[in-house]
This record gives sequence, C-alpha cells and structure tokens, in this order.
Amino acid sequence: MSSTRKNALALAVLMLLLGVTLGAAYLDLGVLHTPTAMLIGLAKAILIVLIFMRLRPSGPLVMLAFAAGLFWLLIMFTLTLGDYFTRV
Amino acid sequence: VAEARAAAAHAHQFEDAEQQRRAVTLGMWAFLVTEILFFGGLFLAYAIYRWSFPAAFAAASHELDITLGAVNTVVLICSSLTMAMAVHAAQTGRGKSLLGFLAATILLGGAFLGIKAVEYRHKFHEHLVPGSSFRLPEEAVRGRLASDHDAAIAAGVPSMEYGTLEELQRHAQIYFSLYFAMTGMHALHMVIGLGLLGWLVTGARRGRFTPESNAPVEIVGLYWHFVDIVWVFLFPLFYLVGRAP
Repeated sequence: MSSTRKNALALAVLMLLLGVTLGAAYLDLGVLHTPTAMLIGLAKAILIVLIFMRLRPSGPLVMLAFAAGLFWLLIMFTLTLGDYFTRV
Repeated sequence: VAEARAAAAHAHQFEDAEQQRRAVTLGMWAFLVTEILFFGGLFLAYAIYRWSFPAAFAAASHELDITLGAVNTVVLICSSLTMAMAVHAAQTGRGKSLLGFLAATILLGGAFLGIKAVEYRHKFHEHLVPGSSFRLPEEAVRGRLASDHDAAIAAGVPSMEYGTLEELQRHAQIYFSLYFAMTGMHALHMVIGLGLLGWLVTGARRGRFTPESNAPVEIVGLYWHFVDIVWVFLFPLFYLVGRAP
C-alpha cells in the first residue's frame, strides 16, 4: 500500500475510534467505563505509533528504546498504584 | 557537484547519510521516552486522585465542553495526517507539497490552540480556576451530596454520595488543577511544535530538505505525533468522565 493511502486509512480509523469513544461515554458500562475509554485510546496510540511515526521501519534499536520507555512507565504505574489500591 | 551535495548531506562524524539518519531518529525516540515518563507522572497523579474522589471528578468533568473537546481531537488528528504527509513529501523530494503540508499543519495546530484558549476563557469566567473564587455551579453539585441522596433516589436520579459541599468543591479543584496542568503542558508542547514547524518552513523555502537529507522534518514529525498521542488520552480522561445516565 502506498504511504499516502496508508496515512489516509489511519486517519479514517482514528476518526471512527473517536466516534466509538464518544458513543461509549454515554453508554451505561458501569465500572468498565474508564477501561473501555483507555483501551480505545491505546488502539489510537498504537495506530499513530505504527503508521504516522513509522516505528517498525525505524529498526530494532528504535523499537527497543521505545519498549524500554513503556517498561519504565509500567514500573511507575504498577508500583505506585499497587500501593494505593492495596491500602486498608 | 553531486559529490559535494552528498558530503553536505551528513555531518563529518558519520560514515554516511544513512548512519546519520538512524542516529538522529534514535536520539529523537530517546527524547520521546523521557517525554512519555514526564507525562506519565501527570497521568499517574490523575489516576490516584480520580480513584480517591470519583464523585468530584464526575461533577467537575460535566463543566467541560464535550463538543469543543471532540472538535479539537479531530483537528489534532488531521494535523497528524498533514504532518505525516509533509514527511513523505520531504522524503520524495516534492518541495511544493512539503511547504503546503507544513503550512496546513501549522494552521491546524493554531486552530487547536485557538479553541483551547476559548475553553480556558470560559473556565475563568465560570469561576472554575482553582483558587479562592472557585465554585462548581449548583446544577453540578445537585444530587451528589449525601444530604440530597434520598431525594435523588426518590426522584429516580442515580446519586453518587458525597460528604459535605465544601469537600466536593475542594476535590473538584484538584480535578481542575490537573486539567490546567495537563492540558496546559500539552498546549505548551504544541506551541513549541509550532515554533519547530515555522523553522522547517524557513528551511523548506530555502530548499534545504532533499530525499537524502530531511532528518529535521522527520524528527519534528515524530514530536508532533507524540503530542497528538498525549491528547488522545487527555480527551477521554477529562471530558468523558461520568457522562452515562
């Protein structure tokens, strides 16, 4: 697929996901509300990283650097929230 | 002439243009990783306070204009597309398209900041800036206090219990502190991005970017898309809390 078509397709899917996230906000999902919104956000972020930022063609070293960043983010969230959510 | 141009395409510490391009790209991603952790800390603070004061966050979130937020999301996603197209134009040596797409990105980025400024202005007028004059309006508070709880249930309105009005008002200020800190930091990144885009326009007008040498366009593109991703999470977390009936 040409790069222009790929970008246009990514835009279309991103708009669709924006619509889904808006619709889901008004549904009665109970506690699943925020997880749903975050999952859709994650899908959008993955699209942007893979298509607009062209992560894969940038090579293994760049992918490793990016993965390391996400790993540190995970540590920060897991340790901090693990503390807050388990306090009595 | 071709040899001189190829030599100018990379700095002397690099073997060739390809090696330089890889180094520059890796450097930008390394910087973006620090940005991920920077914004990550803010999102973490949000998570803790949202978890601690869900009712206040739901009440405060209703004060944001969902339409303006959604329009801004569309504007920003479109600006990411024009930025991606600008990078593609630089890589394929189409100077005119490059200038056009850069200009479009600047225009969309400016539109985003303009809408954001309108929103901030409303918040100032509506006393929603944390401080001594802060107050959530009556409608936002109604049905959320413990004393209104029974009346709300009787009227068939689901109620999120809350202690006192003062508590609710205080915790709503935490929401707005985070709102201004996070969207403000995001807007600051946009302003810097617009500056970088202006710098690219100057370079593009002088024909500085060729298919062999266009790293500045590429890495400013990476930065711009990153700022877009931050907004992708800010939008649902601030605008879409507690909207369900």
